[in-house]
Amino acid sequence: MPENQNFNPEDGLQMSKVRAGKVSKYKIDHYVAPLEETPLQAVDSVKETGKPLSMWAEAWRSLRKQPLFIISAILILAVIVVAAFPQLFTSIDPNGQNACQLEYSNEPGRPGHIMGFNLQGCDVYARVIYGTRASLLVGVFTTLIVVILGGALGALAGFYGGWIDAILARLGDIFFALPLILGAIIVMQLPAFRENRSVWTVIVTLAIFGWPQLARITRGAVIEARDADYVKASRALGLSKFKSLVKHVLPNSLAPIIVVATVNLGVYIVAEATLSFLGVGLPGEVMSWGNDISLAQQQLRSNPMMLMWPALFLSVTVLSFIMLGDAVRDALDPKARKGA
Amino acid sequence: MLSFMLKRIAQLIPVFIGATLLVYFLVFATPGDPISALSGGKPMSEATRAALEAQYNLDKPFWVQYGLYLKNLLTFDLGTSFSGQEVSAMLGRAFPVTARLAILALLIEGIFGIIFGVIAGMRKGKWFDSTILIASLIVIAVPTFVLGFVLQFVVGVKLDLVKPTVSGSATWGELFLPALVLGLVSLAYVVRLTRTSVIENKSADFVRTATAKGLSRRRVITVHILRNSLIPVVTFLGADLGGLMGGAIVTEGIFNVPGVGHLLYQAIQKGETPTVVAVVGVLVIVFVVANLVVDMLYALLDPRIRYA
Repeated sequence: MPENQNFNPEDGLQMSKVRAGKVSKYKIDHYVAPLEETPLQAVDSVKETGKPLSMWAEAWRSLRKQPLFIISAILILAVIVVAAFPQLFTSIDPNGQNACQLEYSNEPGRPGHIMGFNLQGCDVYARVIYGTRASLLVGVFTTLIVVILGGALGALAGFYGGWIDAILARLGDIFFALPLILGAIIVMQLPAFRENRSVWTVIVTLAIFGWPQLARITRGAVIEARDADYVKASRALGLSKFKSLVKHVLPNSLAPIIVVATVNLGVYIVAEATLSFLGVGLPGEVMSWGNDISLAQQQLRSNPMMLMWPALFLSVTVLSFIMLGDAVRDALDPKARKGA
Repeated sequence: MLSFMLKRIAQLIPVFIGATLLVYFLVFATPGDPISALSGGKPMSEATRAALEAQYNLDKPFWVQYGLYLKNLLTFDLGTSFSGQEVSAMLGRAFPVTARLAILALLIEGIFGIIFGVIAGMRKGKWFDSTILIASLIVIAVPTFVLGFVLQFVVGVKLDLVKPTVSGSATWGELFLPALVLGLVSLAYVVRLTRTSVIENKSADFVRTATAKGLSRRRVITVHILRNSLIPVVTFLGADLGGLMGGAIVTEGIFNVPGVGHLLYQAIQKGETPTVVAVVGVLVIVFVVANLVVDMLYALLDPRIRYA
């Protein structure tokens, strides 16, 4: 209203002579401003205080109130701290010289050694604490590689289409036909992998079979976003095709990628444990939950608690990542937020 | 419909070739001298070695080996393992066992998954729903082999309800516990998928119409809600069949089931190219055919989908 600088919204109530239609006499439980209460001038005079919330800020606001998110975030933080500083949680160094004493073999827990001892007489609690790092490293780095590689390839395929898309689709089909564990067993037998078995070879192996799934999800999300008006507008303003992909399409397709990546982080931790259990994952001297479960399984009938502790830690960690993924999905999907 | 099927089968060919080539290449690259393994590490003359290498095509370059293998595969001649057994005979013994195991697992996850999912979806937010949601999360988070050992220990050893390991004949009854372990994680996914789908559909217009027509609640749920909710579930089950047969490697190890997973694991350990590639080839075929069947099922479940 440039010609009416001193416009007062209250005036509208008196000046509305033109009525758009009759107001319904039935009571509506959600408030819809009737047209006669909202003169056209009032629409223009809305004062926008502050920037509108972005999708992420909005999601963060609803996340903060979700108990599921709070619980899983605290658990994950705890796991990260344990992985980074295991010496804070136990005074026993399981790699130390006198860490294992055969005379304690398979003894139950007692003060100072709450989880008891394994077959070699090592303290189970210290091993579980020190085993956190290997499992978490596998989960985090596999997810990182998968997101970067699968995300980049999926985005290129979805955005440019054509031959990149065709090749990627066929390649994805081939990898999909090979189950993760099956493929990983075969790759771990390769000379380069067999001779250098470590956390890093497990990460690379899992990433090889993990990326096609993420590429597919990214491709779908990018295709959904690439025809949006804001992308066309950015192109019309002279942004190059690649820049509009990076600046506009990708940030708007991140939601499903983040959700799947979070849930998969847990899946990779389980996969590492399964490979170690099968004897083709981490080498025996690396302390990890998978190796400890595998060792405990041989003593299951005489000392079942030894299996329970690493399995419990592993399951709670994986559960936290799955719950986090669930909570983030709900927060990023406004439809689900209203319904729940 | 026919042309659609032909098109799908044509798409199957590159997947099959790609997957077998990938596995053949990987297995080809693994170390180990199968010829000396064959003789038990004893020294042998150069002539014998050369003859054996020629017999197993080990003297030819990679592409020739793969080409010969593919030719034999298409004529259903899967070759012989390095221990002299026919691969097709070994596979013939192991495959029905794993097929029984996978089908049983699929039935368990399909039946219980859909029933629990529908009940949870219809009672969203009630105690049954919350219990099912939490239980499914726990099942997903605990590794299959831990579940396997715990169930084997509790049900098989402590309670002595079933035999903890499977005999050579692997009857349906013996396979129930392994199949439950194998299908439990997927069961959790099926429950969650069905639940979400039911919640989405139960407020749809056609459900309201069906209720308004005076149909019984039972008929509304089974015919109107369930049938419309099944498409994502059927997709998942179809894709899962291949995963189950591959995932059987762990379950078969725990329960000592003489199936494909067992065969495959030993063949990989020994570096037996023909066996590994034959088994993986069969698994890939199962996976792709299952997906084809799922596509056909769509038309049955949802008449709106037509294949031109």
